[in-house]
Amino acid sequence: MEDFREWGLTLAVFLPLVGAAIMMAFPKTDEQIHKVIALGTSLAVAAIGIVLLIDFDYDAADTMQWAVTHDWIDVIKTQYAVGIDGMSLPLVLLTMLITPLCIIYSWNHFPEPHNPKAFLILILVLHTGMIGTFVARDLVLFFVFFEVVLLPMFFMIAVWGGEERKYASLKFFLFTLFGSALMLVSFLALFFLSGGETFSITGLADAVVSEGVSRNAQLWIFGGMLLGFGIKVPMFPFHTWLPDAHTQAPTVGSVILAAVLLKLGTYGFVRIAIPILPEAAVAWAPWIGLLAVIGIIYGALGCLAQTDMKRLIAFSSVAHMGFVMLGIATLTDFGINAAIFGMVAHGLITGMLFFVAGSVKERYHTLEISRLGGLLIQAPRMGWILGFISMASLGLPGLAGFWGEFPAILAAYSPANGVDTTLFRVYMVIAALGTVLAAGYLLWLLQRTAFGTPSEEFADDPHIVDANREEWIAWAPMLVLILVLGIYPNLIFGVTDPAVEEGISECLSYEIEGDEASANFDVGECERNGIDAALAASGLALGDE
Amino acid sequence: MSLLVLAAESVPEVSFTRDANWFLENVWIVPLLPALSFLGILFFGKRLPRGGAELGIAALGLAFLFAVVANIAWFDHRDNYDYRDAEPATELDHSAGVGDTVLDIDGESDTVVLAAAEESEGGEEAHPAVAVLKGRTWFENGGVAFAVGTLLDGSSVMMLFVVTLISLLVHVYSTDYVKGDVRFTHFFAFLSLFSSSMLFFVLSRSTIQLITAWELVGVCSFVLIGHWWEEKPNSDAALKAFLTNRVGDIGLLVGMIILFFAAGNTFDIVTINEKAVAGEISQTALTWAAISLTAAVMSKSGQFILHTWLPDAMAGPTPVSALIHAATMVVAGVFMIARLYPVFYEGFGIADNSVNGLAVIGAVTVVFGGLLAFVQDDIKKVLAYSTVSQLGYMVLALGVGAYTAALFHLFTHAFFKAGLFLGSGSVAHSVHSFDMKKDMGGMRKFLPTPFITFLICSISLAGVFPLAGFWSKDEILVGTGGLGVGADKANGSYHLMLIMGLVGAALTGAYMTRCIYLTFFGEFRGHGHPHESGRAITVPLIILSVFAVGAGFLNLPPGFLAGSAEEPTGWQERFGHFVEPAAAYFPPIGHAVPSWGLAIIASIIGLAGPAVAYWYYFVKVDGLAKQTGEKLTELPNGITSRNAWAGAGHAVLVNKYYLDHLYNDVIVAGVKGPLARVAYWFNQNVLDGVVDGAADGAVRSGRFVYDNIDQKVVDGAVNGSGFLSSQSGQGLRRMQTGKVQQYAALLFAGATILAGIFIVVI
Amino acid sequence: MMLNQFLLLAAALFCIGVYGVLTRRNGVLVLMSVELILNAVNINLVAFGAFRDNVMGDVFAVFVIAVAAAEVGVGLALVLLMYRNRRSIDFTEVDALKG
Repeated sequence: MEDFREWGLTLAVFLPLVGAAIMMAFPKTDEQIHKVIALGTSLAVAAIGIVLLIDFDYDAADTMQWAVTHDWIDVIKTQYAVGIDGMSLPLVLLTMLITPLCIIYSWNHFPEPHNPKAFLILILVLHTGMIGTFVARDLVLFFVFFEVVLLPMFFMIAVWGGEERKYASLKFFLFTLFGSALMLVSFLALFFLSGGETFSITGLADAVVSEGVSRNAQLWIFGGMLLGFGIKVPMFPFHTWLPDAHTQAPTVGSVILAAVLLKLGTYGFVRIAIPILPEAAVAWAPWIGLLAVIGIIYGALGCLAQTDMKRLIAFSSVAHMGFVMLGIATLTDFGINAAIFGMVAHGLITGMLFFVAGSVKERYHTLEISRLGGLLIQAPRMGWILGFISMASLGLPGLAGFWGEFPAILAAYSPANGVDTTLFRVYMVIAALGTVLAAGYLLWLLQRTAFGTPSEEFADDPHIVDANREEWIAWAPMLVLILVLGIYPNLIFGVTDPAVEEGISECLSYEIEGDEASANFDVGECERNGIDAALAASGLALGDE
Repeated sequence: MSLLVLAAESVPEVSFTRDANWFLENVWIVPLLPALSFLGILFFGKRLPRGGAELGIAALGLAFLFAVVANIAWFDHRDNYDYRDAEPATELDHSAGVGDTVLDIDGESDTVVLAAAEESEGGEEAHPAVAVLKGRTWFENGGVAFAVGTLLDGSSVMMLFVVTLISLLVHVYSTDYVKGDVRFTHFFAFLSLFSSSMLFFVLSRSTIQLITAWELVGVCSFVLIGHWWEEKPNSDAALKAFLTNRVGDIGLLVGMIILFFAAGNTFDIVTINEKAVAGEISQTALTWAAISLTAAVMSKSGQFILHTWLPDAMAGPTPVSALIHAATMVVAGVFMIARLYPVFYEGFGIADNSVNGLAVIGAVTVVFGGLLAFVQDDIKKVLAYSTVSQLGYMVLALGVGAYTAALFHLFTHAFFKAGLFLGSGSVAHSVHSFDMKKDMGGMRKFLPTPFITFLICSISLAGVFPLAGFWSKDEILVGTGGLGVGADKANGSYHLMLIMGLVGAALTGAYMTRCIYLTFFGEFRGHGHPHESGRAITVPLIILSVFAVGAGFLNLPPGFLAGSAEEPTGWQERFGHFVEPAAAYFPPIGHAVPSWGLAIIASIIGLAGPAVAYWYYFVKVDGLAKQTGEKLTELPNGITSRNAWAGAGHAVLVNKYYLDHLYNDVIVAGVKGPLARVAYWFNQNVLDGVVDGAADGAVRSGRFVYDNIDQKVVDGAVNGSGFLSSQSGQGLRRMQTGKVQQYAALLFAGATILAGIFIVVI
Repeated sequence: MMLNQFLLLAAALFCIGVYGVLTRRNGVLVLMSVELILNAVNINLVAFGAFRDNVMGDVFAVFVIAVAAAEVGVGLALVLLMYRNRRSIDFTEVDALKG
């Protein structure tokens, strides 16, 4: 076991690549072999995930476990450093779950132009990139994996996508690449300004303080990361690639995009941007919060204007990720816990919504909402599932969506030190308004697709059948998780809480009486000279402790 | 007020215990039973001989029995539990389960128990109404663990009884009512879940649990109201119910969040209440929290301006309406106020006041809801608006500080309103319509049992002595303390509320008279042959009407016929004694002293309304109908057609104060239509325009660079060199003749030249 | 012994050889002329070797003879092939490698 901890993560990251390499050796026509290899590989990775789940020391969720550090490129002081803590565990496991389910779902339904070999190889490459991003502890490594994800998704949309796939895939690619470029510049600036000693995340966090990186520089660096991660999230107003990419992508692509890829951005915030640059985070927080609540309302309004089911779901992602970003913008452990929960919940719920949308499309050959209707009559089980996940998506307590939404709204009432409380309370109310709109568009969607009677053109269509076996196998785990996490949210909160607390600077979470005093607290001073100095500088009495 | 001081002194500084009767400690079983039956029916219902109905009835029956036993156990606990016998804190922590020890308030409060015990040694109040608290960790966040569990006190144990009883009767009733329905099994599954959610709600120990259950209740109502979703109006009604509730939920979320932070990062209801009572929460926070939560109450409990979903919710099957209106869903709002009463009490400054937000909302709802009941043709809508009006009474009562009266009205109302709904259902079941004017009339001949039970419940609702409604309504009116009518020791002097309450009482009797005339008297206006309902329908009706008659005697006013206001005897104030908490988590409210005078005035006013209606319908309309032989439902030249003002008022009522127009056509249509379109237009044209413009610009500049620089300059250089080499190649080619000897000549010539150079250079 | 005479002889032979290579059309004669050139070189080598009292010149001359033999072998083979293909050994007719 001790040995396995040494190379377990590395195995999980690169096993899909090995699988992809093996698949290359077989000719394109042996579809069955490709499917079996791809599924086997992803299941093997999932098995590692289960071992991880069992072996993970939950009492030490705030430390990196299964950590490995090897020299990689000495010249630029970058290392091969991977590890997992409470913050990344839920996301890694989510990835390990979603990928095999996607492969199972597409078992007999490869989108045009078919070619399972290439499709599955792309999924496996994506798999490597996604897990790698979540376990990387070194900025260069993180960046490499972050970029590895880009290409397979590009091809997935560009080759297997809908009618406007060229436009959508290019938009996706260019947008993300643009963000990545700024992100890379930020990473490099951070590296050089902090003494050029290390790319390790924890090392950089210390170096920023010890090398005294100027506030201005921090702001710019954070700004770069904000763009890089924000585009991936996607935050308003960088979201316009998302509806196009989602609408055009094949079902499985949409699912992976929604379930995992969007989380790379938010994960970047909580793992990299905020722990390394707390001072800049405080300065940017009101803007992030503003964009988040605009995203919530705006995404919801966008949904209400849609006539296409898939595009509606895509816009709902903008709104939901707004809640996640609002949680992050509060910079409190409450908010960030909520954000991580929100990421997992959104992954499961929106992933499921896309699955169902894909299945609807397969049966009706259209996603035009006005032409649908009566799903509950023609495919009752699918209709039920759609109802269930709509409820989960609108944040019904007792289902997973609620625990990402409510704590985020709650955290906005009392954001971290140095952040304007009044402003965030306004955000809180606006975000709460967003929940109404969310209920509006989701139920409206449900009413028009599932309720009522089938329209004449589909009334006697023999192709419209209820969920089949592959669909059930792919969906059941997600549905169960949505319910279980909703009933017992501590499954995630219990794991993330210690890690989040560890990741947040004490200066942000230190309890200060009074909203005014808290908002005026100088976090930068605190980072440099300690809490006592900052309290003195703000004219506050020393804490009781 | 001197009483307040007195009350404050007599209340001990203790709120809860963990050590109680087994039934009180394990009351979580009650919501669990219907929850299990939900799952059971959902997965196996179709395979059972009666489609799952038997599972639901069995679960609710067991839950009802459990609730009854828990109630009895509570009586014992209330009278005999002595907190001074409480075990030491560590023992309590042990019994509380591992997860619970982390809850921050626990250790503190347990020491309070001991301290209080020492202080009040020999004190008079040895038996406070101490709540029973149980729980486990639900989730941790921000380093704090939050508990899920049960908070059991008088009000929740009373609600357990009401909810399980009504739900059980509704289950039984439904076996006949929805027999043969396409989704029979599914109907019962959600009936069970609905009950379970409501039971979970009344037992919630933390605000977040309240929110959860609140929403679950909402979603169950969505499913059940939209039970016949093939028809668009039904799904519209379901959507409307859910969305209106969601609007109120903004208030719920915001209010709970304010309380969470104001009470020091806790969701625990007891802690929040304790701190609110002790004045440890700032007045501003309490006021804002109370206002926010009131918004939630307005939507959930159908208070005026957010009540519009309630009548539409009649689209659901009748048993669902009965359940929604009597025991679950709508009373959730009222119960939530009761649960967090200190917040409202302090937040609105209910004591020593004569007007406050909560009371005004309640009073307005009483009258405006009652008025709307007059213009409805649909029997269920009459009852729906009646519910709106009655809920107004409850909110009004809570608004004026009459806590017990509010819950007592909730208690009695549950029985007679359920009876009325189920009765109307049985009538509608036999004529296949809900329209009183078109399809009913003279039903008393066809359906004697429903007629009698409907009549009893109506009289009870109208507040006629000595039926249940009389006692509870009278207590509310007394509790207002208005106009100085014998309301000694009330919390304030709410004159307006008293007047509105009296008006409401008159209206109630009047619209019920109209409803009874149109339904049961006159000539049958429908088609076919109505038939008496089966036993599954009539038995619940009879049980409910028994309660509608007798429930009021549970809380006779102190000093009624025997005893005195200070020392109630017999059945006097029994309900209040067991339901109203007397512990540190409850505010020191005053208890108005009932007066004969007010009771008599109220009865006269309450009977005046029905008398006028009786005169109009039973004398004038009926007389005219007999005279002309027509089937009349109103006078042909009534006041609304003669007087412009009355006509306008009628139009306003028929259009439901135009609120639905405001919501549907202005707000919803505005958001869904123009606003959403503008946002999307912005997305497609501005944001996407920027992106596409940027891309377009990039392509244009790329093309420029390509055309002018790449193609001309760079390629020019490349092509130029190519051209040059090709030209020189052409030239040199000619030297290559292929003739060996020529090559040799060149070779020798070259060698000679080289030799020459060699010689010259050396 | 005078070096000059040998050099003059070699120069004469070389010139004859060059003349033959440049003017003769017959392939065999051209090859023979090449031999003359080579042997002119050989004479020089041997002469200088003797004059400088160094055996290196002789060694090189032997090498040149060996190479010349090989060259003639290849050359004659080419001529033979050319004859077989074209029934002629006139070098001026062969210009397939014309650029």
